[in-house]
Amino acid sequence: MYTFAIFLPLLGAMVAGLLVFVGGEDEERRARMDRAAQWSTCGAMSLASIIAMFLFKEVALDGNPYTVELFTWIDSGALEVSWALKLDSLAVVMVLMVTVVSTMIHFYSIGYMHHDPSIPRFMSYLSLFTFFMLMLVTADNLIQLFFGWEGVGLVSYLLIGFWYDRPAANAAAIKAFVVNRVGDFGFMLGIFAVFVLFQSVNLDTIFSAAAGKADATIQVFGGEFHALTVIGLLLFVGAMGKSAQLGLHTWLPDAMEGPTPVSALIHAATMVTAGIFMVARLSPLFEYSETALTVITVVGATTAIFAATIGCVQNDIKRVIAYSTMSQLGYMFFALGVSAYSAGIFHLMTHAFFKALLFLGAGSVIHAMSDEQDMRRMGGIWKMIPVTYALMWIGSLALAGIWPFAGYYSKDTILEAAYAAGSGVGGYAFWMGITAAFLTAFYSWRLIIMTFHGAPRADERVMAHVHESPKVMILPLIVLAAGALFAGYLGFEYFVGSNAAEFWGNSILVLPGHDALENAHSVPLWVKYLPLVVAGAGIALAYVMYMFAPGLPAALASSFSAVHRFLLNKWYFDELYDLLFVRPAFYLGRNLWKTGDGAIIDGVGPDGLAAATLNLARRAAKLQTGYLYHYAFAMLIGVVSVVTWYLFTRAG
Amino acid sequence: MSQFSILSLIIFLPLAGAGFILLGNRGDEEVAARDARNVALWTSGITFILSLFLWYNFNTETAEFQFVEKAEWMPGLNISYHLGVDGISMLFVLLTTLLTPICVLASWRSITTHVKEYMIAFLIMETMMVGMFSALDLVVFYIFFEGVLIPMFLIIGVWGGGRRVYAAFKFFLYTLAGSVLMLLAILAMYFEAGTTDIPTLMAYNFPPDMQRWLWLAFFASFAVKVPMWPVHTWLPDAHVEAPTAGSVILAGVLLKFGGYGFLRFSLPMFASATVEFTPLIFTLSVIAVIYTSLVALAQEDMKKMIAYSSVAHMGFVTIGVFTLNIQGIEGAIYLMLSHGVVSAALFLIVGVVYDRTHSREISTYGGLVHRMPVYALAFMLFMLASVGLPGTGGFVGEFLVLVGIFQINTWVAALATTGIILGVTYMLYMYRRVIFGKLTKESLMKIADLEKREIVVFAPLVILVLWMGIYPSSFLDVMHVSVANLIEQFQTALAASENLALAGQ
Repeated sequence: MYTFAIFLPLLGAMVAGLLVFVGGEDEERRARMDRAAQWSTCGAMSLASIIAMFLFKEVALDGNPYTVELFTWIDSGALEVSWALKLDSLAVVMVLMVTVVSTMIHFYSIGYMHHDPSIPRFMSYLSLFTFFMLMLVTADNLIQLFFGWEGVGLVSYLLIGFWYDRPAANAAAIKAFVVNRVGDFGFMLGIFAVFVLFQSVNLDTIFSAAAGKADATIQVFGGEFHALTVIGLLLFVGAMGKSAQLGLHTWLPDAMEGPTPVSALIHAATMVTAGIFMVARLSPLFEYSETALTVITVVGATTAIFAATIGCVQNDIKRVIAYSTMSQLGYMFFALGVSAYSAGIFHLMTHAFFKALLFLGAGSVIHAMSDEQDMRRMGGIWKMIPVTYALMWIGSLALAGIWPFAGYYSKDTILEAAYAAGSGVGGYAFWMGITAAFLTAFYSWRLIIMTFHGAPRADERVMAHVHESPKVMILPLIVLAAGALFAGYLGFEYFVGSNAAEFWGNSILVLPGHDALENAHSVPLWVKYLPLVVAGAGIALAYVMYMFAPGLPAALASSFSAVHRFLLNKWYFDELYDLLFVRPAFYLGRNLWKTGDGAIIDGVGPDGLAAATLNLARRAAKLQTGYLYHYAFAMLIGVVSVVTWYLFTRAG
Repeated sequence: MSQFSILSLIIFLPLAGAGFILLGNRGDEEVAARDARNVALWTSGITFILSLFLWYNFNTETAEFQFVEKAEWMPGLNISYHLGVDGISMLFVLLTTLLTPICVLASWRSITTHVKEYMIAFLIMETMMVGMFSALDLVVFYIFFEGVLIPMFLIIGVWGGGRRVYAAFKFFLYTLAGSVLMLLAILAMYFEAGTTDIPTLMAYNFPPDMQRWLWLAFFASFAVKVPMWPVHTWLPDAHVEAPTAGSVILAGVLLKFGGYGFLRFSLPMFASATVEFTPLIFTLSVIAVIYTSLVALAQEDMKKMIAYSSVAHMGFVTIGVFTLNIQGIEGAIYLMLSHGVVSAALFLIVGVVYDRTHSREISTYGGLVHRMPVYALAFMLFMLASVGLPGTGGFVGEFLVLVGIFQINTWVAALATTGIILGVTYMLYMYRRVIFGKLTKESLMKIADLEKREIVVFAPLVILVLWMGIYPSSFLDVMHVSVANLIEQFQTALAASENLALAGQ
């Protein structure tokens, strides 16, 4: 029964997918197919999210985790893997979050995409994505996790490149897939290493064996290393790719080429958090490797501040939110790194609501502004779209972590846990997190002010057209806004508060001694209030710079032009990678082909041999001149040689 | 089952069909062509159905050869007509019998000259291929193994593209050069062991020094067939010039001869030499994976790109075969099967647009999705299978091979895994340039989507790709016992030759 929650989206995707091909040229018929696709996917998703609520109650609230085994998948020697759904608290939290947010975005898309000629395809992709995401979070073995992982990557690729006429969209789509594959390279090696160590890739088996392998070593790359550290680091490379952490992040901002609902669903609420989920899911492995956890903390904290700095100077409304997402993912990672897994998941959940809200709100703005995304050509529209404006405020307040919005509960818990970890990297993460919190508030209000306030900077035609979005778009936003308002308050006790142990059951392991989260409740008062203070300061600064002294940003940009350019160009990562990997790969490919295959292998091998044979034959042919005296002369030489040879050998 | 000689029937039915076409209508060219097509389709179709019977009645509990037929042929020389299949070869027979009717159907319209001869060549080729996979006598094996060359040579040389003669000769000479060495080795084995019976030879212990030479001689032949780097350059040329169906058979079945040969001969018969030469295989394979993936990235010709990607995939296969563990070998076999389906499908995909525009150049396309959505979807699916997306057939084999090699050598595993990054890059890059973008080229404005016949061609391949990805047990279960037995045979042989070496000291 509950498995329907997972497979209904697949069904919806298949139905809508079929409708893509039956539309034909007839306008009216197409419109009917469009509606059928919208209804079937939205219906399937609604049903799935209702089932997910029951599932959540059954498994997480009543504490009855279980596993549904479907059928054998891969079976080869010791490697035995089934298609199976592992439904424990961690999984059902994700299932509920994914289905609810996805359903809202499905409905929103009805309004947002209503001009688009490819509605069934879009709806089909959204549902297919949801299915893969659900397979990912309910996986009971690493290979199925990888199945969902690659599946969401695929649909992400398809949706970033949804408008396939645009070269930029196509390029971004490929970039997303390839960069993620770089991460998957680590993920796959990690899975292999797990198999070598445990002779199994089933989660339950490896979790129960992990304690016994705490000190085991593994032979890799010519050395012997602590096995669980190797595994943890390799798997984390995969997580970095999917969750756009520093180094493997370059695809996420470009991914904003996709339609806005996609950015909200995939590149904010769900897929990009898969890395967080994976690490939390594998807490029984990561717990045994201090090194891996340290690396995760440092990478997360660095990403949090790195992305926030870039977010402050971007002008594309969606890119600002994209960098904000990266930054928030960084927070989640350093929470995991200090063993506050449940705090990370808590923030994942609240973030899904308020970030989806922000993206969809931005989408509503873009919709109102006739597809304009550049904030420098917005402004002065808050009275014209008041509902969107209010909703953006709610999303931003939640993002900035202002009491009593959702972000306040989850983000503060993370910062407190980092502080309470008491370690060097914990301290680093705390201070980076505080600084990033300041920047977060700053760029959020920079966005609000640039978008909604001041003098209108769009042309008259656009301004005349500004309108509030239809109900089908606004209602989902209101549901998400409710989440951004209350999810933190409601979830706090269960996720990280007094009911946490009961709520999570066995789905997350934290070893004794890793008690950052417990200590987080008893940190000094200034730690508790500092995030609020810096957030307030950030908001105030944004008001000063963009509302009260609008000349200030330009003056700053010109007096610190090097810094500004560095940030505007996103720390030059794209240029660096282009120089290091992309160009050399094509250069090598071309040369190996022309020189390696062409000149050397073929030149020396078959062609060379053929040419040599031909050459020899030609020379032989040349000897046949047809003149009698040539032949006579040759014969004479022959006779002389034979005689000479005979004489010499006889003499010798 | 063996009473009514099912294997012989499967092998020689296509030959009979070829004879039928040959003797058939000699009058009107048009009618003769139509008859030839029909006869070829029916014959290969019935052959396929017969081969399903093979699968249905296959006993997965035993490693013994099944459906065995043995008749005296040259009793004085101890050479017999000996056939049989086990869990390693049976599925290759099915792959062959599946692809042949698909090829016939795919050539329905695109081949218009010498149709009779073309169909005859394909049917003879089917006989040779099935015979090769089910031969249990070295002489029978060699005849079929080499016999395949002739129809393929003709198909490339007669119905091929502009540089067909160059490509045909390159293909023929390369493969022949390797095979001559194998023939010598077969003779040497015969004089040493006194028999050419394959099951007997599997249990025979050749002296280690001799093994080395025998191994190298077989390697020369198989490496060309696989093809391994650096003897791979015949493949891109052959693929580019071959007609679509020729490429399908070439990529789908012929490339598997090498991998199959390693499994059938090199591993069980020359165990100690295998151990010695494994580093060589790994080195060449890793180079193949990375080198050809990079080369594929630079290609402007769709067929050439898929050809290079085949070399890369075959690099995974040879790695898997020589891991000598269950996952590696099963992965290699599985990858050969799925690559047989996927690469065949990709060549058919190229064939579809080639039939319409007569261009293989990537740059002549762009924006096809606007006119050909069904085509774009099919192309997408096969492309994803080729890059090994989980849920498609391509993933299972690749993954198992990598699991296998990681247990043996992590460096090889890591280097080979880079292939999955490069693979996705060149495939997506090509797909984007062909399918996506605006439809601006004049020549493509009226291009038509897949027609019914083409959908019939692709449907079984689509189903197989997903089936192999979602429920691989249907295929893996067939090979478990045989692969386990192969590994055991190998270990026994290795132990025996070590004893021999010790006794010799």
